Amino acid sequence: MRIIRLGAGAGYSGDRILPAVELAEKGNIDYLIFECLAERTVALAQLEKIKNSNLGFDPLLKDRMRAVLLTCKEKRVKIITNMGAANPKAAAEEILDIAKELGIQSLKIGVVSGDDVLSVVISGDFLTMEAGDPISALKNKIISANAYLGCEPIVEALKLGADIVITGRVSDPALFLAPLMYEFDWSASDWKLLSQGILAGHLLECAAQVTGGYFADPGYRDVPNLENLGFPIAEVSEDGAVIITKVEGSGGYVTKATCSAQLLYEIDDPSQYFQPDITADFSKVTITELAPNRIKVENAGGAERPSDIKVTIGLRDGFIGDGQISYAGVGAVSRGQLALQVLQKRIEASGTQFLDIRYELIGLNAIHGDHLSQGYEPYEVRVRVAARANTIKEAEFVVNEVEAMYLNGPAGGGGATKLVREVISVVSTLIPRELIKPSVLILEL
Amino acid sequence: MLLRDIAHSRTGDKGNRSIISVIAYDIHDFPLIESQVTIERVKLLYKDIVKGRVERFSLPQLGALNFILHDALGGGVTKSLALDAHGKSLSSAILSMEIDQSMKS
Repeated sequence: MRIIRLGAGAGYSGDRILPAVELAEKGNIDYLIFECLAERTVALAQLEKIKNSNLGFDPLLKDRMRAVLLTCKEKRVKIITNMGAANPKAAAEEILDIAKELGIQSLKIGVVSGDDVLSVVISGDFLTMEAGDPISALKNKIISANAYLGCEPIVEALKLGADIVITGRVSDPALFLAPLMYEFDWSASDWKLLSQGILAGHLLECAAQVTGGYFADPGYRDVPNLENLGFPIAEVSEDGAVIITKVEGSGGYVTKATCSAQLLYEIDDPSQYFQPDITADFSKVTITELAPNRIKVENAGGAERPSDIKVTIGLRDGFIGDGQISYAGVGAVSRGQLALQVLQKRIEASGTQFLDIRYELIGLNAIHGDHLSQGYEPYEVRVRVAARANTIKEAEFVVNEVEAMYLNGPAGGGGATKLVREVISVVSTLIPRELIKPSVLILEL
Repeated sequence: MLLRDIAHSRTGDKGNRSIISVIAYDIHDFPLIESQVTIERVKLLYKDIVKGRVERFSLPQLGALNFILHDALGGGVTKSLALDAHGKSLSSAILSMEIDQSMKS
């Protein structure tokens, strides 16, 4: 039976590049897939594109392509990635330039677009999934609106002979399901096969999180050779059998435990994992170790795809100010607490209405709150005041007050930092799939 | 005994929800985990953090529970003021939960 080997070359935009090179060179893979778009990445990329129409794609695109392109061309490994972000066409042109630099003679790139549904969303009558607010009321704040496309346009690009497929917003697992549908000619209504493909994609989409990354806990879960952590490979057969493995000799491990942790990662109801191509059911999935670092995952199920498609909308949403200063040694906690009390009084006296504000001590209660941190006395703490405000001026006021703890607060504060940034937040909505028109453009050398 | 001795955990986020798995190392410990790591105890543990309801899904064939904590991330990663805006570190807190071994059947 035919087997296709999919490799995950990135699990997020800033991911490490060396393990992707290792995959391309030694992974004996057919496809190298880079998943690089978090929820608000497209909105941030859209802001870049507004400033410069040649930008708006993944900042590491060029580095990644320079690192793997020659090897992939030589070994006939096809590349699929959502690194196009807000500007897949500009990304493709960039890749063609790099290919020329590297002396590559021929290259075909499929550019997927159609995820940008800003005009549809603004002119329609849609509500946010979060609070049920009308989207039209947010009009002045909206930067971008991108629908989660499914496999279809990627499969089409592959059929047109693309060596590389570059997309904007696409469902993450669809990046992995698409080459399987293309290679095996799976029917779009064979839920059993599709769900196994989505399962493979979901397990691979965060790259090292299934090979021992984000897993080690000394004495409890000791991951071998963590510094040389390898990226994962899914071996998928034509009949939908899936084995998760990694590059021979690379660091980390693939075990039942790493696969279970990744299976449930960011999954709401495991029996209803909504995807543009299928509603997958992971609730009955079983995981079996065939050999060290060879894990079989089976029994994913599924049903009809949802009639609506999820859209992520990026919004300009005020400013966050984050001011910090440290206290250490004897009495650090009480001096830190005094600083917080003084800051709260000064900030409240200003009368400014913040959208949200918090006062905390890093090292004591900043991350898990008071209840969970009771009974611990750290040697050093870091005062933190963070506020979300409507204007940049109000956010700056807060961080300046924290910095002023140097001369106007308790004894011995040091290492003050202040950071003010614009908030780009996201909300979601659902739109009927008929309103989305994906398309494919081929660029070639 | 702590939950840490018999299970591992990973947290992910979706919108304003935190999603926390609890997975037994040894599937024979799963009934103990299922009976003691209840929605009520999880709610209490995260009372400073979680403002909404808590759901629990059970996958006995994997020895796994998945908790969905609603309204848990200060409005969601993109506008949260939390130092750990994704809530990634929440998994380490659940592993500190006391498990009563005498209840093992």
